Amino acid sequence: MGDRRLLPGQDPWFCSGRRQGGRRGFLRAGLDALIPPLAAQEPAPAIAKPGSGETGQLFDPGAVGRPRAVTSDVDNDQYIMGIEKRLRCACGCGLDIYTCRTTDFTCETSPRLHREIVSLRQQGMDAQAIIDAFVAEYGEKALMAPRPEGFNLIGYLLPGVAVLIAGVGLVAWIQRRKAAVAAANVAAGASARGSAPAASSGPVSAEDLERLRQALAEVED
Amino acid sequence: MTFLGNFALWVAFFVGIWGAVLAFSGRWRHRPDLEATVTRTVYAVWAAMAVAAASLWKGLASHDFNIEYVAAYTARNLPTYYIISAFWAGQKGSLLFWAVVLSTFAALAQLFTSRKYRELMPYVAGVTSVVTVFFVSVMLFSANPFDRLPFTPPDGNGLNPQLQNVGMVVHPPMLYLGYISITIPFAFAVAALMSRKLDTGWIHAIRKWTLVSWLFLSIGITLGMWWAYVELGWGGYWAWDPVENASLLPWLTMTAFLHSVMIQEKRGMLKRWNLGLIIGTFLLSIFGTFITRSGVIASVHSFTQSNVGYFFLAFLVVAGILAFTLLYTRWPLLEADVPLESMLSREAAFLFNNLILVGIAFSVLWGTLFPILSEAVRGTKITVGPPFFNRVNVPLGLFLLALTGIGPLIAWRKASAANLRRQFTMPLATGLVTLAALLASGMRDLYALMAIALGAFVLGTVVQEFYRGVRARRRMHGESIPRALVNLVARNRRRYGGYIVHVGVLTYCVAFAGMAFKVDKEATLKPGESAEVKSPYGWTYRLTHLGISQYNALNRRVSAATLEVTRDGKPIGVLKSEKRQHVNSLGQETFEPSTEVGIRSDLREDLYVVFAGTPDGTETAVYRFTVNPLVSWVWIGGAILVVGGLVTMWPGGTPARAVRRDEQAGYQVALVGAGQG
Repeated sequence: MGDRRLLPGQDPWFCSGRRQGGRRGFLRAGLDALIPPLAAQEPAPAIAKPGSGETGQLFDPGAVGRPRAVTSDVDNDQYIMGIEKRLRCACGCGLDIYTCRTTDFTCETSPRLHREIVSLRQQGMDAQAIIDAFVAEYGEKALMAPRPEGFNLIGYLLPGVAVLIAGVGLVAWIQRRKAAVAAANVAAGASARGSAPAASSGPVSAEDLERLRQALAEVED
Repeated sequence: MTFLGNFALWVAFFVGIWGAVLAFSGRWRHRPDLEATVTRTVYAVWAAMAVAAASLWKGLASHDFNIEYVAAYTARNLPTYYIISAFWAGQKGSLLFWAVVLSTFAALAQLFTSRKYRELMPYVAGVTSVVTVFFVSVMLFSANPFDRLPFTPPDGNGLNPQLQNVGMVVHPPMLYLGYISITIPFAFAVAALMSRKLDTGWIHAIRKWTLVSWLFLSIGITLGMWWAYVELGWGGYWAWDPVENASLLPWLTMTAFLHSVMIQEKRGMLKRWNLGLIIGTFLLSIFGTFITRSGVIASVHSFTQSNVGYFFLAFLVVAGILAFTLLYTRWPLLEADVPLESMLSREAAFLFNNLILVGIAFSVLWGTLFPILSEAVRGTKITVGPPFFNRVNVPLGLFLLALTGIGPLIAWRKASAANLRRQFTMPLATGLVTLAALLASGMRDLYALMAIALGAFVLGTVVQEFYRGVRARRRMHGESIPRALVNLVARNRRRYGGYIVHVGVLTYCVAFAGMAFKVDKEATLKPGESAEVKSPYGWTYRLTHLGISQYNALNRRVSAATLEVTRDGKPIGVLKSEKRQHVNSLGQETFEPSTEVGIRSDLREDLYVVFAGTPDGTETAVYRFTVNPLVSWVWIGGAILVVGGLVTMWPGGTPARAVRRDEQAGYQVALVGAGQG
């Protein structure tokens, strides 16, 4: 491929000269006129120039990937989208069905699973029944998150329980340290009272300590 | 060049081993010449790795397709900047990138660390050499980037289209720099443990390194989100994918460390915890690399499966056992200087902040590994996707957001009721008023309500701090408001940089909440036809399909679908989404067609357009339209976070008076402790 750049909207049918247009196209047209059976073997495609018809044929359809299904109202059904977001695509991408079918346009599995969900819905099944049907068919890995039951409960609860236990432990530890500090203060106060003159109630008065604490808080805030 | 590259790897391997043996033998203690030799081995390893890197770059730049790596990741028509980024695009090249950056950091650590930490440096050299040798050995024995093919293909395979994005030029190196730089704080921690020099010296030595590492991880993660958003085309930026989780884990524990280390600096507490956090962060960075490269957990981002995973697993286990055993042997030397006294204190708030950060890290790790555990225990394969992570982590994240506001305002040691009233009245009122306004406007999503209200509360705390600081400076120095603001930040960069980081975090949280109101719609449109999409803000977008144009670009055939967009009838522009069929210089198709999304962004929401393809090869286009509220604020939050990080780590900023005050504060605390004890 050359580095021939067209402006968006510019017509490659005329500018590229690679397939239908240009010298090769001209020779082919001449050959077709001379040998009619050849033309009959390969009927000319019903090409409309881009922009000139309702749906002009693309110059290079292969460059836009695999053909996509025409969307319908059911593709935008929030209920179905909700179900698809809870189910994993079986193609191995790790994405949910909705994300896969609207993102990975090379995947053939997610559009099939989407049709399957739509079909089950049209049979009158609700979300849970559809999800159960998928689990029955594809196993528990079809769910984007495991059901919070049995062993899976460990998965859901352990982080929260661990944080909770650690938090309670932390509070208990702080309280214990606090009590130890208070006890030490009482002991220190008693010994200071025993050894110091009566006029002084210890090395530092409670009032002074509070003032110092407030001053420190001001400094360190 | 491959000979030179291989030779350089072997030189790095043997010199690194020699340096490590010498460092850990301790024979340098009374031999200055041996001590200098240890340092020189670090520089020699760096030089060898630089030669190896230059060899690979030469191969990439000269299109030497006989080198298997060059043929696998480049093509003749690949733009130059992607040839540069191809260095780290594949498994083998990224291993070399790891080793090169690590050896560079190791050399910089030796070069720029103050002489007062001299006794630690040989051990630091030993640890960095061991880690470098590990990466070099993985290359030499399992994934050599200089492997040659038995033939020379005329052109290479080219770079995966999804990696041909500017985000992928910058995001992986940033993330790697974050992962790799964690090795330096880890090396200092091990050095402190081995040398028994467990005062705050090693913490001061690594302060900048931890910030650098955290900053690179933050930038890497944000750029990764941006890349996923603009390139992958699913309309989101975070999917709780194992590889994304792997990058988040060390960020969380490093963030915890950056908070808890302040308690050790100020109060001499949490010494064991801080060492544990640094060791854990390093192991998580290796774990992340293991996850990405082993193929043990399925991920859309991971490299191809290979046996390098076994190397990483073995290294992870051995490094973990050795590091924690070393910590255990020094346990008695790591007693806290003073006890924690009150639940209502900054220390306690930081402890709870650490608890939540580590709790989130644990839940992310747990969720990432739970499929393996489930399969091992029950024999059943399960998927642990976004619904699981959101259910477990969002409440923890909201609690963390609240602590982001509480922690910095609460007094050290013990807060009084007056202190709490003075600090929290205005921020609480801000949060409550915001909550009331959101409820009145009809918002009912609980998590979104809480995230935005708590964000307002945290913003209130930060604004209040800045306001009080500026007011104090104006009163004391008579400065103008802008000057007082600049001086305030410049004179205490760590504190106010931290506040700016908090604003970045709350901005993230509010932006994440916006995704609760995402709107998706698919439509098939012929030229001239329109589709309407309702925004959560109430207005209506009308998107009119103009047509599809096809053209050739440097290394691809492009099909561009164009839409004219109006909002409530008012034209707001034209959006284009593309399909790209990449080809090599011979015109051969190299990958499946990829998609380039079209995005129209403003501060309120993004209109996100994906051209899915055509039903029949005509100009009829199948589209997906997504309205994503508040996405711009994710990138703004990232930018604020980085600015805050840069302010925090910028050299200087501690006036002489402040240094004296720090020393005095420590003395006074000790005096009070003595008075009470």
